[in-house]
Amino acid sequence: MTAPALPSLPDLAGHFGRYGGRFVPEALVKALDELDAAYRSAKADPEFQARFQDLLLNYAGVPSLLYRATRLSEKLGAEILLKREDLNHTGAHKVRNVLGQALLAKRMGKPRVIAETGAGQHGVASATAAALLDLECVVYMGEMDTERQALNVARMRMLGATVIPVTNGSRTLKDALNEALRDWVTTVDNTHYLLGTAAGPHPFPELVRDFVGGIGVEARAQVLEMNGKLPDAVAACVGGGSNAIGIFHAFVPDEGVRLYGFEAGGDGVETGRHAASITGGSVGVLHGNRTYLLQDDDGQTIESHSISAGLDYPGVGPEHAWLHDTGRAVYEPVTDAEAMAAFTLLCRTEGIIPAIESAHALAGAAKIAPRLREELGRTPTIVVNLSGRGDKDVHTAGAYFGILDPVETVVPGENT
Amino acid sequence: MSISSVFDKAKVENRSVLVGCMPAGFPTVDDSIEQMIEMHRAGCDVIEVELPYSDPVMDGPVIQKASDIALANGVRTRDTLKIIDAVSSAGATVVLMTYWNPIEKYGVDAFARDLASAGATGLITPDLIPDEAQEWIAASDKHKIDRTFLVAPSSTAERIAMTVANCRGFVYATALMGVTGARTSVSSQAPELVTRIREADPDIAIGVGLGVGNGKQAAEVAAFADGVIVGSALIRCVLEAPDRATGLDRLRALSAELAEGVRSR
Repeated sequence: MTAPALPSLPDLAGHFGRYGGRFVPEALVKALDELDAAYRSAKADPEFQARFQDLLLNYAGVPSLLYRATRLSEKLGAEILLKREDLNHTGAHKVRNVLGQALLAKRMGKPRVIAETGAGQHGVASATAAALLDLECVVYMGEMDTERQALNVARMRMLGATVIPVTNGSRTLKDALNEALRDWVTTVDNTHYLLGTAAGPHPFPELVRDFVGGIGVEARAQVLEMNGKLPDAVAACVGGGSNAIGIFHAFVPDEGVRLYGFEAGGDGVETGRHAASITGGSVGVLHGNRTYLLQDDDGQTIESHSISAGLDYPGVGPEHAWLHDTGRAVYEPVTDAEAMAAFTLLCRTEGIIPAIESAHALAGAAKIAPRLREELGRTPTIVVNLSGRGDKDVHTAGAYFGILDPVETVVPGENT
Repeated sequence: MSISSVFDKAKVENRSVLVGCMPAGFPTVDDSIEQMIEMHRAGCDVIEVELPYSDPVMDGPVIQKASDIALANGVRTRDTLKIIDAVSSAGATVVLMTYWNPIEKYGVDAFARDLASAGATGLITPDLIPDEAQEWIAASDKHKIDRTFLVAPSSTAERIAMTVANCRGFVYATALMGVTGARTSVSSQAPELVTRIREADPDIAIGVGLGVGNGKQAAEVAAFADGVIVGSALIRCVLEAPDRATGLDRLRALSAELAEGVRSR
């Protein structure tokens, strides 16, 4: 594989090949330029980096463990190493991004942050960072999602954030993102948009990648320490793609390490009810960047479907689009059913309840294990990014497996 | 009539140009054609057709709702071209406003070609900045479509100069930091922005949009701008009317009031 020097991307205007860039109202350009400048100066500032690392280490519980999942490995016929991002404070990799961006907001002198959220995980993480750093926090959440995820709405409010249900469009994550952008166009002077994934207009894909990039740096060092060699493959789930780019990035130059991104296949890509932007979508422009997205023949966004709220988004970060086109990473869909089977498998073999998002990565690892074994003629080693814990999904999973009353009848709070 | 001729003519008459906006296919294709022709006859110098889009981040609740209705009723990009054809054939000067993805999906060069043959004179691109517009600049030059990019109160002097240099026909000055929708008063940021644009280019025609909803506000904006752009207030005439006849009456009355406004600066 002859990929060019990947880590130097994006270019100065935020392009990963033909992807990325800035497709935004002019009103936001100044704020994006300021953010870009603030980010570059923060990146080079040892004091900022020390503060960020200190919060990660002493507040968020990072670096997360790399755990050899022995019983799961036996079942799958591959050595499975789990990057335990589920053990971080707030229960997912997202805390890395929100702490980085909240520190940036402070540095820029912006007292208010806004965020979009689907299932509520990024909203909760944002509210957490805002409470810690004394920032006002407003979270936009589709009305449909506020109903599905009432518990997370309560969490955000407990942490002092204002949650605004978004009632227009499809009332889900993409509409929450639209509404956050509309807020930002109006309030950009005193507000930082704390974007939740490695997508959106430049410099967000780059700075989010860098804030979560520690996942891969740590995993790479941990696997070398553990095995004395690099893994055969790295697997992650891909919605917007922040946890995947976070673990991929450090491995991109390692040509022998295969990178696999598993998209939410929903009912199956062939049914049209899925959230697989790369494997089931086409190239276009959405939410400020050129990338793969789900769209109809007229370029209107198509609603995505996935059992996993965190993957239920019709676009994907531009760096993934580029990694796909260059062939450096391989993207495949995993259906709801496959993800839920992997969810159960991890619960029963390792005593770990994963986020349903992360269960997609596990299901993907189960799919590639026999292929790699055949190709390599030995037991392959696969690092799987266990991006989040499953507490938030207990209701959904309980209803899916029929071991709980349907979600609507569960009293919020009973199963936390 | 080309956009430049419309602005030149208004200058001779010592008045501002009235640009009236309506989403294509709202509430249906035929109804939207009728509305636009009525707006033209009642005094809108330019009809700004908005192509309905699923994710209109620059638009406030009124245009969002109208766009949703149009999309729910099945409007397609090709219908928008048909509407432009019908309205320009009725004698109106038509420009299109659209978010970028529908054009990218259609094919940039093909879209410019079909837009020109439908009779539109220009295109306003709320989420395409000149920095990302190389393909559009080439296609619009080739097919002689005027390009209108936006400038905002937050734009730096450098960006205003760069943006205006890439516009042809007129530049769209967003009067305030925010989304479309009528406001109770005209933004105080607008006159200053217009002054800053004139410093960059004394000759470019400047249309001011965002927040204008009645004749008095139109007159206020006409005092310092070459064009007054009105959208949500006109759309609301139809959106909130109890029946179609009332909606058209209100639309005609507001268009006439605004037309009077741009003449009383």
